[in-house]
Amino acid sequence: MLTRRDMLRLLGASGLALGGAGCSNAGAGGRESTPVADLYPIDGPRAIGDAMVSGSIGEASTFIWFLGGESASSAASAAISNSLLRYNDRIELEREVAESVEVTPDGETITFRMRRDVRWTDGHPCTADDVLFTYEALVDPATPTPYSGDYLLVRKAEVLDPYTFRVHYDKPFAPALESWAFCRFIPAHLLRGKDLPRDPYNRNPVGTGPYMLRRPEDWVPGQQMTLWRNPDYWEGTVWIERQVTRIIPDLNTQFLELKTGGIDAMGLTPPQFRFQTGTREFVSHFEKYRYLSSGYTFLGFNLRDPRFQDRRVRQAFAYAIDKDEIIRGVYLGYGKPLSAPTRPDHWTYNPNVRTYPYDPARALELFAEVGWKRDANGRLVKDGKPFRFEIITNQGNQQRIRTAEIIQRRLAEIGIEVSVRPIEWAAFINEFVDKGRFEALILGWNMAPDPDQFIIWHSSQTGPKQFNFVHFKNPEVDRLLEEGRSTFDREKRKAIYWRFQEVMAEEQPYVFLCVPEALFAIHKRFKGIVPAPSGVGYLSHLRWFVPPPYQKWTRTA
Amino acid sequence: MTAYLVRRVLLMIPTLLFITVVSFVVMRLAPGDPVQLQTELNPRVSAEARERLIAYHGLDKPIHVAYFIWLRNVLTLDFGRSSAPDGRPVIEKIAERLPITLFINVISFVLVLGLAVPIGILSATRQGSWLDRLTTLYVFVGYAMPSFWLALLLMILFGVRLGWLPISGLHSLDAYRMGPFEYWLDFGKHLVLPVFIGVFGGLAGLSRYARSSMLEVIRQDYVRVARAKGLPETRVIYRHALRNALLPLLTIFGLSIPGFIGGSVIIESIFAIPGLGQLFYQSVLSRDYNLVMASLVIGAVLTMVGNLLADLSYAVANPQIRLGAKGGD
Amino acid sequence: MATETPAVGAARGVEAAPASLLKDFLRRLAKNRLAVASAVVILLAAVAAIFAPALAPYDPNALNLDAQLSPPSAAHPLGTDDLGRDVLSRMLYGARISLSVGFVAVGIAIAIGIVLGGLAGYYGGRVDQVIMWLVDVMLVFPSIFLILAVIAFVGPGLFKIMAIIGLTGWMGTTRLVRAEFLALREREFVAAVRAQGARDARIIFRHILPNAVAPVLVSATFGVAGAILTESALSFLGLGVPPPNATWGSLLSDGKAMIEVAWWLTVFPGLAIFVVSLAYNLLGEGIRDALDPRLRV
Repeated sequence: MLTRRDMLRLLGASGLALGGAGCSNAGAGGRESTPVADLYPIDGPRAIGDAMVSGSIGEASTFIWFLGGESASSAASAAISNSLLRYNDRIELEREVAESVEVTPDGETITFRMRRDVRWTDGHPCTADDVLFTYEALVDPATPTPYSGDYLLVRKAEVLDPYTFRVHYDKPFAPALESWAFCRFIPAHLLRGKDLPRDPYNRNPVGTGPYMLRRPEDWVPGQQMTLWRNPDYWEGTVWIERQVTRIIPDLNTQFLELKTGGIDAMGLTPPQFRFQTGTREFVSHFEKYRYLSSGYTFLGFNLRDPRFQDRRVRQAFAYAIDKDEIIRGVYLGYGKPLSAPTRPDHWTYNPNVRTYPYDPARALELFAEVGWKRDANGRLVKDGKPFRFEIITNQGNQQRIRTAEIIQRRLAEIGIEVSVRPIEWAAFINEFVDKGRFEALILGWNMAPDPDQFIIWHSSQTGPKQFNFVHFKNPEVDRLLEEGRSTFDREKRKAIYWRFQEVMAEEQPYVFLCVPEALFAIHKRFKGIVPAPSGVGYLSHLRWFVPPPYQKWTRTA
Repeated sequence: MTAYLVRRVLLMIPTLLFITVVSFVVMRLAPGDPVQLQTELNPRVSAEARERLIAYHGLDKPIHVAYFIWLRNVLTLDFGRSSAPDGRPVIEKIAERLPITLFINVISFVLVLGLAVPIGILSATRQGSWLDRLTTLYVFVGYAMPSFWLALLLMILFGVRLGWLPISGLHSLDAYRMGPFEYWLDFGKHLVLPVFIGVFGGLAGLSRYARSSMLEVIRQDYVRVARAKGLPETRVIYRHALRNALLPLLTIFGLSIPGFIGGSVIIESIFAIPGLGQLFYQSVLSRDYNLVMASLVIGAVLTMVGNLLADLSYAVANPQIRLGAKGGD
Repeated sequence: MATETPAVGAARGVEAAPASLLKDFLRRLAKNRLAVASAVVILLAAVAAIFAPALAPYDPNALNLDAQLSPPSAAHPLGTDDLGRDVLSRMLYGARISLSVGFVAVGIAIAIGIVLGGLAGYYGGRVDQVIMWLVDVMLVFPSIFLILAVIAFVGPGLFKIMAIIGLTGWMGTTRLVRAEFLALREREFVAAVRAQGARDARIIFRHILPNAVAPVLVSATFGVAGAILTESALSFLGLGVPPPNATWGSLLSDGKAMIEVAWWLTVFPGLAIFVVSLAYNLLGEGIRDALDPRLRV
């Protein structure tokens, strides 16, 4: 867990992507203060040993990241492998296995020089050949992966010498560097010519990362996976002997296990964080952390519906919905409102964009400008027709359903009749979102660190199965998005995305609701935890340790 | 006996076929498929990538063709591969999960049968005693208590408050370095709560049956005759009444097997037990067709085998009954 | 889950039910204090459900962010949930959904059971064989597997849940009705009306079916309890009746996350499910015992 390798994605059915997937977050949060006697005062010296046990609602399916989409596989893969680049604790790209990165002035060619001391756990050196092999596997039409998109833009990839890898693009592609940070290597010398999805490697891998599977039996299907520290890790000493992930599908059970010492860390729900972790018992054994998560929740309109086409109507909705009430009621205060699709802590965040404080009177004025007026019964009516629509959201995400219910009540107060319909995730996406059969919907986006949002907002992305499913079309936004993804210069990009946010805040194709916080608890015997904007996970394998007196699961030979 | 067995086994075939057809149709006609679940989470998936995935999972064929392909494969015990990203053979995944589910269920069966009979006898022979009242009370609690609620309460009581029992899973983290005795004790402790929950509901029903079936038998003429002849009461009860009361119990027990197997879904989800129930639930949510189909088939086979065993014991316990006479019912 | 009805086999029908027998039956039932108490509970629950809008002190969905998770008090007799919604009001409205799930599901099961059981018992032969084979097939399915598969694949919904619980719970009734028909069709009075040239439908509906009512009633009573429990199990698995329709099962399963900080969120819905399904079970037993006095304690 604890690494931020999430690619841009729709927040899934459970909403646990935030809670369960760990603390891949950034923001103003941090350690929660604990006013109790410190039971774990010693925080040195660093020592090898102990195990960190975490709970997961689902099981990893493979160690090859691009074959498994779910967060459990992603976490397993992150623990055992490396990539050329990575995000640091300030959410900036830095070198991991790459020793240097050169982008040509035209932005079309990137050359990575790699460290020479990285070895697979079977002793084989890790070389540019492995990077090329991984890339080729990704774009091979025979590989069943949903992640090939960014890599298909590569015109040519080549190995210049055993430790130099170069890629050429047809035109500059700014998110390219990010895509190489997501691209964790698989070993060419073990997998070349193999049928990847069916190779035993998926369950018994050889990696280069801080942790490794010692024997196939360390993975007990459905039960738990034990990863052991890699004693020869190239980046430094890994202190915690074992990382154990237990599969516990029920979140309550997980929380009870946390309290009784069965697991050491977990993502918490807002009610757990607020109401159930305040006992003396709990705070004396656990440290709590909260961070702004990388996703946001929104109310999206189907812009092909004539009623939603006028910008003033969408602005009116933004005024009519009390975002603070949603944050207070649903997230118990653990969240921040927003009015454009960028996290408040992102380097491209524009703090000056238009905001929409709760103001039903202003909302009614705007509705009136467009012709929607209240009738004798208080209903909002235009041409004799009352304003009435349905909000759909995905079944099983309690927070979204509750958000919908709060919106439903507020809109009822200004005479708009809203019905709420939760739909099971697969049908929700397939039958409603993809086919455009909705009036409004509540969903969330999880944002990758790169500011590119081309596929969500560009007018070319409105086709079936694409992600501009609200059919937002704005020539200026199109131009900004195209420019933004082909510009490498940070200041220029920042200016582009500032303008992008201004337009989005005016246009309100969604009512952007809030960025929830990720909430997290970890046992106090773990030391060396450094809270940072990106969460606590950065370099945790090199930093975290348990002082010998507190070691719970003692070292074994 | 052999002829009866053969006939019973042959009768399973049309039943199974029917079950597979129904399940197959329901699943394929429903909206959504595993490929969507895998790709729709991620906007960086091109249309070509989707087509590739669809073909890979064989979802591009019409339903009847897909069914016959499936059936032909199943005849060679090939249930296909899971559509989860691991793409492993379904049969392999089930084989991993089945033993623990069977184990817990068999323990529960044994306990339920072992307890239901004495409870039934005692409360039937001492009608109205405090014991009878107590079991009656228990029986109704057993009927009316949502099992997940009871499980949660027990977890909090024994796991959190008292700290006597582990909350979930099958083994402690350090089980791998325990001695054999410690190891099995640890395993046993983990099973106490799940087995208790499984037994609690099932026992309620069966002990009630045992009681009423015993009551019915006690009133039969031959029991009265035995009593009238001055045979000691225990002899009357255990020699004459018990055997006849047990017989209908076996049939009822056979019928309750699907309930036990179904109960695994909830028990295994709460207690984080990696069994078939949990696997089935996950595969249903991710629309893993092959896995759902295989689980349904295996669940049905298990039930049929259970029924068959119940009927066979019925025959063994009561040789007078001619096996041939008692077929489909 | 527990949709299979317990211990109905002992019930043996009364012959054509003249008023005296009915009176007899009611007299015996009235003597059974538990059964009477159960009937009262069932009645109260039904009244609460029907008059929920009048009885509920609050709008069940009204948020009150200043009263999140407040314990039972004069203002909120059963406390509030994490959005400050009044638990009592939610439970009263929840009773409507939970009880209708019970009734409609059982209604569906009984309807199918009567038709199929009647056909099988009355006509016998091929018809009987096919129907009984169907019964056997359905009994082989672990029904919760089937229910889960269907709900997950066609999506949850109030009516879908009622329908699927009903569609997986008709086998017991079918067997009962069939047995009743088998026994009755050979009786003299049926032979007599048949000799008078009565049509099959008339014989079935006027002469045989009324005799099968009693055991079916018993089985239905148990069935309601079973359906309420099944719905709560589905809620636990996240596949129950979708919100904003709260059911007792969904209240219980939503509240379990806060069981240690807000006991009132689980205890009251849990008790409601428990007491009502207990009442249905006890009433069922009471009716059965009253029908068949031999087994009475």
